[in-house]
Amino acid sequence: MDTVTKDDIRKPENLIYKRTNLLTDKTMSYCPGCGHGTTHRIIMEVLEEMGIQEKTIGIAPVGCSVLAYEFMNIDMQQAAHGRAPALATAVKRLMPEKFVFTYQGDGDLAAIGTAETIHACNRGENIVIIFINNGIYGMTGGQMAPTTLPNMKSSTSPYGRDVKLMGNPLKITELVAQLPGTLYVTRQAVHTPAAVRRTKKAIRKAFENQKLNKGLSFVEVVSNCNSGWKMTPNQANEWMVENMFPFYPLGDIKVNED
Amino acid sequence: MAKVKGDIVIDVEKCKGCQVCIPACPNDVIGVSKNVNGKGYNYVETVNEECIGCSNCAIVCPDGVITVYRKRIE
Ligand SMILES: Cc1ncc(C[n+]2csc(CCOP(=O)(O)OP(=O)(O)O)c2C)c(N)n1
Ligand code: SF4
Ligand code: SF4
Ligand code: SF4
Repeated sequence: MDTVTKDDIRKPENLIYKRTNLLTDKTMSYCPGCGHGTTHRIIMEVLEEMGIQEKTIGIAPVGCSVLAYEFMNIDMQQAAHGRAPALATAVKRLMPEKFVFTYQGDGDLAAIGTAETIHACNRGENIVIIFINNGIYGMTGGQMAPTTLPNMKSSTSPYGRDVKLMGNPLKITELVAQLPGTLYVTRQAVHTPAAVRRTKKAIRKAFENQKLNKGLSFVEVVSNCNSGWKMTPNQANEWMVENMFPFYPLGDIKVNED
Repeated sequence: MAKVKGDIVIDVEKCKGCQVCIPACPNDVIGVSKNVNGKGYNYVETVNEECIGCSNCAIVCPDGVITVYRKRIE
């Protein structure tokens, strides 16, 4: 038994995990340890497992993931800031046989794009929205977003978000769950192996739901912006567990029967 | 009794040295290298032979640079 070498183990028949071909070979532009990369990968794994690479159209946002179309090896279109749900609406209505999803940060989805988000959810567009919530504007330098926690420091709230002055954080996921047009609304994370597995299941359910034609599926992923938070990736994940999860608890908020 | 042995291959040129794979490993297989790759990151490497091929490290790697193998040993 002790004679088993690395070469014996590293054989094609023993392969159990490799990066999906639905990601391009380009190095993703995200900071080391950023949850955007993990989320990209599991979306692509779901599309691969469902065999719908050629039937899926993704909409990229403005934000750090503006270049998502460089990394996801599927048909994509990039939308103006916050307008991804409107563009996804158009794409899905013109090509109802396609699987259509948006990929958006919290600045995109819950600030400049709030109207598009709420109306697409309320109309019950038959699309998937993947929402990466890192509590700040990552791309532009860590400014306060509607999702920034009370007392959380950002480059535009250097002493912490004072809710008396700056208003309350917006729990847009709970909000869209109230709307009749949403079929499935969940909040997940990608900081541990177990969390990644749960998020992947949620994304799978969201895409399966598109076959039902019964409304919009909304998957929030609470994620770190370690650069913006000025922490190492592992510190940022710990900070997220301690501070983000109490305010943005993980789990399903609205679930449809399969 | 059948036992499983695993091994991982890290694409060190694509590793960004973020280290989120390290706490994900149940057997402390992964550590930071003293060396840097072409992009200047201290990449990670295996530091012991205890890998069981559970894939945890690969699943949390934001850049998807870990390949996992697992073999049953009778
Ligand atoms: C119309 C318009 N307004 C403002 C900007 C500047 N801008 C670029 S990205 C961004 C916010 C991105 O934050 P978020 O959506 O949270 O994504 P992240 O970068 O954190 O992933 C802003 C305000 C812009 N590009 N276009
Ligand atoms: S700035 Fe933040 S959100 Fe953007 S890639 Fe870096 S860590 Fe990720
Ligand atoms: S496959 Fe599992 S045991 Fe092996 S290095 Fe990765 S996390 Fe550790
Ligand atoms: S998670 Fe991936 S990119 Fe980060 S240190 Fe580990 S192997 Fe490298």
